[in-house]
Amino acid sequence: MTEEIIIAGFGGQGVLSMGKILAYSGIMQDQEVSWMPSYGPEMRGGTANVTVILSDEKISSPVLRNFDTAIVLNQPSMNKFEETVKPGGILLYDPNGILHPPTRKDIRIYKIEGALEASRMKSSKTFNMIVLGAYLKINPVVKMENVLKGLKKSLPERHHHLIPLNEEAIKVGLEKVEKVS
Amino acid sequence: MSENITPEEIIKKGTLVFEKTKLMTDAHLSYCPGCGHGVAHRITMEVLEEMGVGDQAIGIAPVGCSVLAYDFMNIDMQQAAHGRAPAVATGIKRLYPEKYVFTYQGDGDLAAIGTNETIHACNRGENIVIIFVNNGIYGMTGGQMAPTTLEGMVSSTSPYGRDLGMTGHPIKITEMLAMLPGVCYATRHAVHKPGLVRKTKKAIKKAFENQRDKKGTSIIEIVSNCNSGWKMTPVKSNEWLEENMLPVFPLGDIKG
Amino acid sequence: MEEIKLMKGNEAFAEAVIREGVDAYFGYPITPQSEVIEYLMLEEPYKRTGMVVLQAESEIGAIHMVYGAAGAGKKAVTSSSSPGISLKQEGISYMAGSELPCVMLNVVRGGPGLGTIQPSQADYFQTVKGGGHGDYKLIVLAPASVQEMADFVEDGFKMAFKYRTPVMLLSDGLIGQMMEKVQLKPQKARLSNEEIREKYGSWATIGHKPEERTIITSLELKSERQEKHNHKLQAKYREIEKKEVRLEKFNCENADYLLVAYGSSARICQKTIQLGKEKGINIGLIRPITLWPFPSDEINKAADKVKGVLSVELSAGQMVDDVRLAVNGKVPVEHYGRFGGMIHSPDEVLEALEKNFIK
Repeated sequence: MTEEIIIAGFGGQGVLSMGKILAYSGIMQDQEVSWMPSYGPEMRGGTANVTVILSDEKISSPVLRNFDTAIVLNQPSMNKFEETVKPGGILLYDPNGILHPPTRKDIRIYKIEGALEASRMKSSKTFNMIVLGAYLKINPVVKMENVLKGLKKSLPERHHHLIPLNEEAIKVGLEKVEKVS
Repeated sequence: MSENITPEEIIKKGTLVFEKTKLMTDAHLSYCPGCGHGVAHRITMEVLEEMGVGDQAIGIAPVGCSVLAYDFMNIDMQQAAHGRAPAVATGIKRLYPEKYVFTYQGDGDLAAIGTNETIHACNRGENIVIIFVNNGIYGMTGGQMAPTTLEGMVSSTSPYGRDLGMTGHPIKITEMLAMLPGVCYATRHAVHKPGLVRKTKKAIKKAFENQRDKKGTSIIEIVSNCNSGWKMTPVKSNEWLEENMLPVFPLGDIKG
Repeated sequence: MEEIKLMKGNEAFAEAVIREGVDAYFGYPITPQSEVIEYLMLEEPYKRTGMVVLQAESEIGAIHMVYGAAGAGKKAVTSSSSPGISLKQEGISYMAGSELPCVMLNVVRGGPGLGTIQPSQADYFQTVKGGGHGDYKLIVLAPASVQEMADFVEDGFKMAFKYRTPVMLLSDGLIGQMMEKVQLKPQKARLSNEEIREKYGSWATIGHKPEERTIITSLELKSERQEKHNHKLQAKYREIEKKEVRLEKFNCENADYLLVAYGSSARICQKTIQLGKEKGINIGLIRPITLWPFPSDEINKAADKVKGVLSVELSAGQMVDDVRLAVNGKVPVEHYGRFGGMIHSPDEVLEALEKNFIK
């Protein structure tokens, strides 16, 4: 099994850390992983994206043109990455701020009201974990127990008290994800 | 008197008035007759010998006339790229805090190409000694203008005399360095008269004692002559030094 | 067994430097490798091993601090990215001339000039063909994974001290910024000053009596002696060429076409092999691990069995010169690569191969 994922949105949405938690979860179940960010000015509030690959085999290229899954969190990323999803692949997006929803017919499209649910949880920081939960519902590439282990690994100890909140956010994502087409 | 008299027969206990330090090699000095470098080398080595730390000293030779200082100073030495001696000294001293590390640099090396390395080593208060020989000219490469060349002074790259409007003023870098908190001792001396040599040697000793006591950077500027570059006899160059260099670069302690 | 960690290439390098028992790191921040010094400052290795970490006033300052430390027999490291490595060339040439060991890392970004901060492999010429002045060579290791960013620290120091010569790890923004699994080696002890005296005291400036004193210099005013010194360096380089070539081969057995790529490009090309298989095109890959010494013999042998060789680099075509020299006219050799910070995808490499040799 190899899963090639692009996660893309604005800097500050937790794109890179969501990818990191996913990668750590892969390690927890003995998979090979790679996490390749766009870096540079994006770190300061522009668009940010990260390619995460989880695989049972050694990973060749960390740079890809096409993906099994695109997780899209803003319009510029939708414009860029909708077309990169392999036929039969997954596109998951948050409709908040999306003016032009995806139109492809040969892929599976899902949405998650991540920003809305995060505001309901009164913590914008839970946004990326809600989206992660939604993805794991569609495609359980990593087991939940390993996600929790991954969270523990990727968060610095001083933030470990936030793990229950993150766990709750993942559950919200699991419940609220909707199939679009 | 026998014809087969040996030095040992002349030099007896009580009659010895001068002995060359073992920390100077027997190599023939490459400096021009009358140049101040030889004296500056010797008193630096005498200080290390008197302190008994010759085998714990590491010197850094610059680019310039003293590029071959390691041929004359009989201790462990590294030769540094032009201007980089204070960075090289930093690399050594940070790893051997108990050793005695010093740079020996000319005006072009320290006050032109190496200003960055010099200022930042001093600003970090690297616990080293900097011996800075200022003769107002690039001697090694044939008498080009230095950052410390005086106004109106003729050199091969200021053939009509240094024009301050074009090339700026002679830089008083020791005064500048004295401003930095990392510098514990900044002083200016000369070696063209025996009394001044003794004072300079005292200053060098104080600088190495500062290093032993971990006080920070010590810088000793030695205003010296360059009779070849200045195109004067040694005697004339010493007179010229007194009349022209010392008013711009006055002797004495600047800090510490 | 050491714990498996998820780390960026830059961080893995920094941690491996600590664990190698390195004595000092001197550096200056520059994207995309600032994580190296940031990691070291955060980790406080002076508390773990006594290792010195210092942010220098410039890349020039940093390389000359490395020169000083290396000249005193210590294991010293610096790292930078392309514009900073240009500044270090003076010190690198001096270290090669003075025969000093050290390990350096270049996390290459796109140039020329200030260029971009995105990945590139356009510093091949600078690293492999000289960079600084004079007849010298660097041993050049090209990591292609986060694991190798860590492993090559130890490999680099082994060769640096064996041959008393500087070693460069030529990486790029992709390998430096990417996170992968990495298994780190256990902590090695730093050598004590007594051990250094024992091992390197014959040449290192560590304080000696006059009759045993040591001098580190690259200066020799007498041309006859300078030529002799150059002959000595060249003899050393010939020995390195004989003994230290490293490469990795993928699918070379029955390949019809050969890719030659190093570092991040070699990773991308591994995927191209797979894409080629799906289209019925049999592609092999030689990945030089040492860029100098270059695996010319192996590439020459491999050229016997293929119809064409494509050198793939994130540059306008630099290593392709060495590939052409190696292949020596046996089959056509072409170059493909995106550059200026753009990264070719595995598909683009395949398209380039088809365009050059098949269609």
